[in-house]
Amino acid sequence: MNDMRILERDVDTNTIKIAARGVQVYYGDNHAIKDVDVDIQDKTVTAFIGPSGCGKSTFLRCLNRMNDTIDVCRVEGDIHIDGEDIYDKRVDPVQLRAKVGMVFQKPNPFPKSIYDNVAYGPRIHGLAKNKAELDEIVENALRRAAIWSEVKDRLTAPGTGLSGGQQQRLCIARAVATEPEVLLMDEPCSALDPIATAQVEELIDELRQNYSVVIVTHSMQQAARVSQKTAFFHLGNLVEYGETGNIFTNPEDPRTESYITGRIG
Amino acid sequence: MTDATTSSLPSATPVSGKGSLMQQDARTRKRNAAETRFKAYGIAAITIGMLMLLVLVYNIVSRGTGAFQQTFVTLEVALPAEKLDKNGTRNLDDIKKVSTFGYTPLLRDAFEAKIAEKNIETELSGKEMAGILSAGAAAQLRDFVLADPTVIGSTVAFEFLASSRVDGYLKNRVSRDSIANDKNISAEQLDFVDQLTASGAIEKRFNLDFITGADSSDARPEAAGMGVSMMGSFFMMLVVLALALPIGVAASIYLEEFAPKNWLTDIIEVNISNLAAVPSIVFGILGLAVFINYMHLPTSAPLVGGLVLTLMTLPTIIISTRASLKAVPPSIRDAALGVGASKMQSVFHHVLPLAAPGILTGTIIGLAQALGETAPLLLIGMVGFIASNPPDSIASGLLDPNSAMPAQIYEWAKRADPAFYERAWGGIIILLLFLVTMNTIAVILRRRFERRW
Repeated sequence: MNDMRILERDVDTNTIKIAARGVQVYYGDNHAIKDVDVDIQDKTVTAFIGPSGCGKSTFLRCLNRMNDTIDVCRVEGDIHIDGEDIYDKRVDPVQLRAKVGMVFQKPNPFPKSIYDNVAYGPRIHGLAKNKAELDEIVENALRRAAIWSEVKDRLTAPGTGLSGGQQQRLCIARAVATEPEVLLMDEPCSALDPIATAQVEELIDELRQNYSVVIVTHSMQQAARVSQKTAFFHLGNLVEYGETGNIFTNPEDPRTESYITGRIG
Repeated sequence: MTDATTSSLPSATPVSGKGSLMQQDARTRKRNAAETRFKAYGIAAITIGMLMLLVLVYNIVSRGTGAFQQTFVTLEVALPAEKLDKNGTRNLDDIKKVSTFGYTPLLRDAFEAKIAEKNIETELSGKEMAGILSAGAAAQLRDFVLADPTVIGSTVAFEFLASSRVDGYLKNRVSRDSIANDKNISAEQLDFVDQLTASGAIEKRFNLDFITGADSSDARPEAAGMGVSMMGSFFMMLVVLALALPIGVAASIYLEEFAPKNWLTDIIEVNISNLAAVPSIVFGILGLAVFINYMHLPTSAPLVGGLVLTLMTLPTIIISTRASLKAVPPSIRDAALGVGASKMQSVFHHVLPLAAPGILTGTIIGLAQALGETAPLLLIGMVGFIASNPPDSIASGLLDPNSAMPAQIYEWAKRADPAFYERAWGGIIILLLFLVTMNTIAVILRRRFERRW
């Protein structure tokens, strides 16, 4: 393993972007998230790891209120982004989601052209005044998602015609095109092959320059490779949260140790 | 890893506990026999179905094609001024004073001239000779003269419809035996028809009027056409499309995408499914009670027919629209919401375009269903002898009494004269052509716009 490399990597900033206190999530009678407190730093990659069904995706979806679309889901507690309570009555989830972008587990490009996929967000948010500006936004987004060179000659081709890895990078381009401040990624590499995974991971590391990235992953190697901070969830509890290097080399909680050594899962 | 040095297959080992693979055991044989039987049942069922379809199509085509052909008699009719315009002023009001009855002698004269020209020997009187023409022949002459009075004084070649008996005789529906007790036509007249046919004055050819014309009275089956009832059907479909599509799609989108899931929406959902199964005659009674008795909309009007059929089509459209909305993967909705689209933007920008082919298909199938519906039309008075002219405006098309294609077919099939029976089969061919066309369009749309994601 490349633990040495993790130890050497330092965290650039200590500004707290997202602060969660006492978060409880219920799906009907099922208590999915139990009393989670976490501070997510700006310009940092934070990884959520844990066995299936431990609530890491649920918690991620609380951060941009995607859980609002599920009728039986109920969220309690406080989640503040830049000091503002995102569950406040005055907050429009649509505005919130423009600020907190999301990339999903399965690549889900719209069945439209590559250009339209990326341009959709800027269009509905009115980020471009004219065609030239929009072209620029699209190009920048595709460049930042490291897919520009592969698609620049076929921007009018359907996004669904790309390979899985390209589709996922297109989805990342689509997410960054709306200029979010936080990027949530829900197992972005689980549907990809190792080569595409490596490309996306490299991309995540670059995205850290501009965004606070929160990534849910099943792969502990991936968490170790890309993140600076790691949170370990188990049965709806946040068991341990800290520097990625510490979590993997010197976990405090016996459950964390069992999980990363493969004894529970 | 394959052992590269292995050259030959191992020799057969003694049969172990499971027995040899070369022999089927009893259970396998039984299973395979059951599968073969099942396949045979399936093939038998399909064969029976195809045979039935073949019989149906053969029947319809063999009986109905006759309606598209009609017997015409060609005559040169002199239009003498002394009979049609006594004053010689060519004043339209004066000419109009000559009734249809005044034109009848002209037809007799035309026949006399014809037999003289062709050297036909007959003992028939002029009146009997004119009897082989449709009862509408004199009216046809008069309409021609009134449309252009300058033709008075000249001799014009006309093509008159032959009477339905003569038409039937040329189509082998009527024979000398079958007319023994028929006072409308005699064996001598049929002889005369044979002579005229030989001389080329009578011929059978394609009859466009059957497709474009209006219905006719009991006495003139040869003049009856589907055209006006087709317009009636067209205007009804216009009403159905204009009302059922927007209402149905809006209702489905709301129910599927926005409505909370609770007991109220459950009840609505169950009731929509139930409505789809309600017999159409019930919708007819509802239409009669609400639209005609309560709202006092005109009877027999395509507007009312369209409203009733809208009620009938709505559940079909709602069900198919909801199904195609459900078929759009949730990941598309998530993707749209994830980039900050509102619920409505995600529905209208992404979900609806993907569901559109399904919605269109459902709508077309619903329309095709409505097009073939007769029962509700019975109750709102769109069945019966409605001898209207083709509507001259959209308003009159919607509000004037009219029939519809299936109702017209029902009306013809009800009448006593076998000549109408033939037209009923012909009408079925036209109706089926419409339905097949609509269903084909639905299939093509589905194929063409089907997207993969």
